[in-house]
Amino acid sequence: MAKNKSMIEDDKKQYIVVKIGSEQYGIDISYVNNIVRMQKITRVPKVQPYFKGVINLRGEIVPIMSIRTKMNLEPDVFTDVTRIIILKLEEHGVLGILVDEVKEVVTLGPNEIDKTTNDVKNNKSNFIDGVGKNGGTLISLFDINSIVDESENA
Amino acid sequence: MDVSQYLEIFIDETNGHLQDLSDCIMVLEKEPENMDTINEIFRAAHSLKGMAGTMGFKRMQRLTHDMENVFQEIRSGNMNVTSSLVDVLFQCLDAIEAYLDNIKESSDEGTDDNEAIINELNDILAAGTGAAPQKEEKPKEEASKPKEDASSSDEKYPKKYLDIEFSEKEKDELKEAEEKGMHLYGITVYIQKECLLKAARAFLVFKAVEDYGNILVYSPSSQDIEDEKFEFDFSFFLASEAEFEEIEAVTKAVSEIEEVVGERLKFKDLTAAAEKKEAEEAAAAKAAAQAAKAAAEKAPAAQAAKAPAAKQAAGKQAAAKKQTPGKPVTNRTVRVDIEKLDALMNQVSELIIAKNSLVAFGYNPEGEGGINSQAFHEQIEYLEQITTGLHESVMKVRMVPIESVVQKFPRMIRDLSKKLDKKMELYMTGEDTELDRTVVDQIGDPLQHLLRNSADHGLESAEVRLKRGKPEVGAINLNAFQEGNNVIIEVSDDGNGIDTENVKNKAIERGLVTPEQAAGLSQKEIIDFLFMPSFSMAKQISDISGRGVGLDVVKSNIEALGGDVEVKSVLGEGSKFIVRLPLTLAIIQALMVEVRKEKYAISLGSIETIEEISPSDIKYVQAKEVIHIRDMVIPLFYLDQLLDCEPAEEERESLIVIIVRKGDRFAGLIVDELDGQQEIVIKSLGKYINNSSKIISGATVLGDGEVALILDVNTLF
Repeated sequence: MAKNKSMIEDDKKQYIVVKIGSEQYGIDISYVNNIVRMQKITRVPKVQPYFKGVINLRGEIVPIMSIRTKMNLEPDVFTDVTRIIILKLEEHGVLGILVDEVKEVVTLGPNEIDKTTNDVKNNKSNFIDGVGKNGGTLISLFDINSIVDESENA
Repeated sequence: MDVSQYLEIFIDETNGHLQDLSDCIMVLEKEPENMDTINEIFRAAHSLKGMAGTMGFKRMQRLTHDMENVFQEIRSGNMNVTSSLVDVLFQCLDAIEAYLDNIKESSDEGTDDNEAIINELNDILAAGTGAAPQKEEKPKEEASKPKEDASSSDEKYPKKYLDIEFSEKEKDELKEAEEKGMHLYGITVYIQKECLLKAARAFLVFKAVEDYGNILVYSPSSQDIEDEKFEFDFSFFLASEAEFEEIEAVTKAVSEIEEVVGERLKFKDLTAAAEKKEAEEAAAAKAAAQAAKAAAEKAPAAQAAKAPAAKQAAGKQAAAKKQTPGKPVTNRTVRVDIEKLDALMNQVSELIIAKNSLVAFGYNPEGEGGINSQAFHEQIEYLEQITTGLHESVMKVRMVPIESVVQKFPRMIRDLSKKLDKKMELYMTGEDTELDRTVVDQIGDPLQHLLRNSADHGLESAEVRLKRGKPEVGAINLNAFQEGNNVIIEVSDDGNGIDTENVKNKAIERGLVTPEQAAGLSQKEIIDFLFMPSFSMAKQISDISGRGVGLDVVKSNIEALGGDVEVKSVLGEGSKFIVRLPLTLAIIQALMVEVRKEKYAISLGSIETIEEISPSDIKYVQAKEVIHIRDMVIPLFYLDQLLDCEPAEEERESLIVIIVRKGDRFAGLIVDELDGQQEIVIKSLGKYINNSSKIISGATVLGDGEVALILDVNTLF
């Protein structure tokens, strides 16, 4: 570990901490294009159940995914603090995901992240590739690509 | 000189000249005396040569130079246009196109010298003008390295095929072939040392000789030859009924072949070959003399026609191999009529004026020109006019006539006609019909496929046509025209039509339906089988069609463009493929409808009428709901059910039915409310959403910022 210490500064990553249900999740900030308030979602019939529909984001049609439905959690409850995180992935385009609340932005170094083991990863409904420790709280870090890939195949 | 910046222009212009040449040569074939055409050809060839030279594409320049020579002679009346000349000229065009493809891929013209075509051109020139043959005899390089083999060490091209050791199996095969009355030939082929793609050449040689017989023995093994594990020669034994000279001629017609030696052999001689050293030497001398003679007599143009075509394939192969990692150097461009751009510019200036007046209102909201004043509303209306005009203009800029795609078809049909040995003529109308550039780009392949289909499967052979009392020359029609918001392209022929019984049997054979199910299928349903993947009706695979990757690809390509294909066919009279394409991909006029407060847009182009009916008007046919209006029985669909909406709370007294149409079929769509007509901009739902039912074709943003989905009513049929 000692030899890694000098690199830590460079390896630090920023995460947006969001709340979904009672848990906190982290989203790598480099994927986040925007955070918008809840707005009217136009339902799209005959699509994957975890797609709530589409919204108009400054003239662009953005599909909105419910992480809760995708992870087999309770259905979304929309409140004043519900937000849509707009993710932008190079070749896939823009996608919004619904979160209950946006808490803060944290900076985590490799020391503060436990990579999850393969066992956990094999679980189908798991899109987490690590757990971050921010002070006393634990933050599950989303593996953005697995969220996206899965949605393409489903 | 760095010419890369001119590359795009070069490619563009070369394409243009090639097309002109192709058109003119077609005309020339029909009217060999037409001086205007000849002059035009000459100009085009001359420009091509000049451009290729400027850009430093030497091979291309050389080929066009020789073409120009031929045209020069024709122009000055020293030569007549013959069918074989036209064939060669078309090969030249193909070769130039191959160069151009290489250039597009890699900015390099490739390495194919197209020697055979050039030689043919020169031969024609020589023959036509009666001048002494000015063939450029290529200095024969010291090809084969000294061989240790004593028997042929003094021979430049040893007959290595005599050294082949046969396996028992090969011996049996050879013997069997001879017993069947075939001639056995031993042949050794020498490839030029500078040849880069030895395996490809070898392949071409094999392909050429296999037209005459079977290759029984390879040396080195065919696998090694394929992998280029050989020096500059390879040998094989061929069982054939043809004469040796013919085989030698086709072999030599493959480019970059240095020499071909061979002779007819008897099986018993072969097995005893090892001992027959003296005889061998004598034979070698004879063969060499023979070969030399054959080399002197050039193969007539028509006979060698096959070779350049094959060679071109090799050239492409080579290009593909070499340039896979290379990036295409061209951008997709549209040539825009300057008038269209002027219109666009004017509208943009008006837009700025309109914006400025609105800004002025902003400064003085309560004053004379206040926000509710008449003047303000006039400005809004003005703005609306401008934006509508702007939409249209931008759309028009993207529109190109389908001419650029269809103009290559007459040539294709001509080639097919020769290849299939059927007489046919292509009649085209509506080449000036305009479509969005993206659609035009994509439509070429599907149309080509349909035309080939008509030529190969549709049209009958001359005898059958005569028996049926049809004109000997088969007619293929390609008609394009605009119909509402769609462009229709019809490909029809007066051939055999689709034999639905045959298709049905094939479907049963393939296990797609049971015989019982098949009995109840409508003609349309049966024809739909043809559009299924790998459902080929061809009895044998030809390189024109019949690989089963045909109509399904056509269908999926056209559907990807938002269009569809329909087939009408009468057995014995012909068939017609109707391709329907949206005029533009971006902006459409749509009717807005509401279902349970959700808004949907339906393209106005597919709406026939709107009716108001009472629930009692609904009748049942085969347990399906239909309405009967104006002598038509129209199936009904509830939009709320199609879209998985909540069920309606109350029974309605009257229902709004939108009658939509696809071709000559109708369907009724029951909606809750009508919301008027609107011009909408089509946007994609993106890649994430898996829209497998396809009923939603996209989305649009309404004036209030809300998203409305666009329904594709074609999926109802």
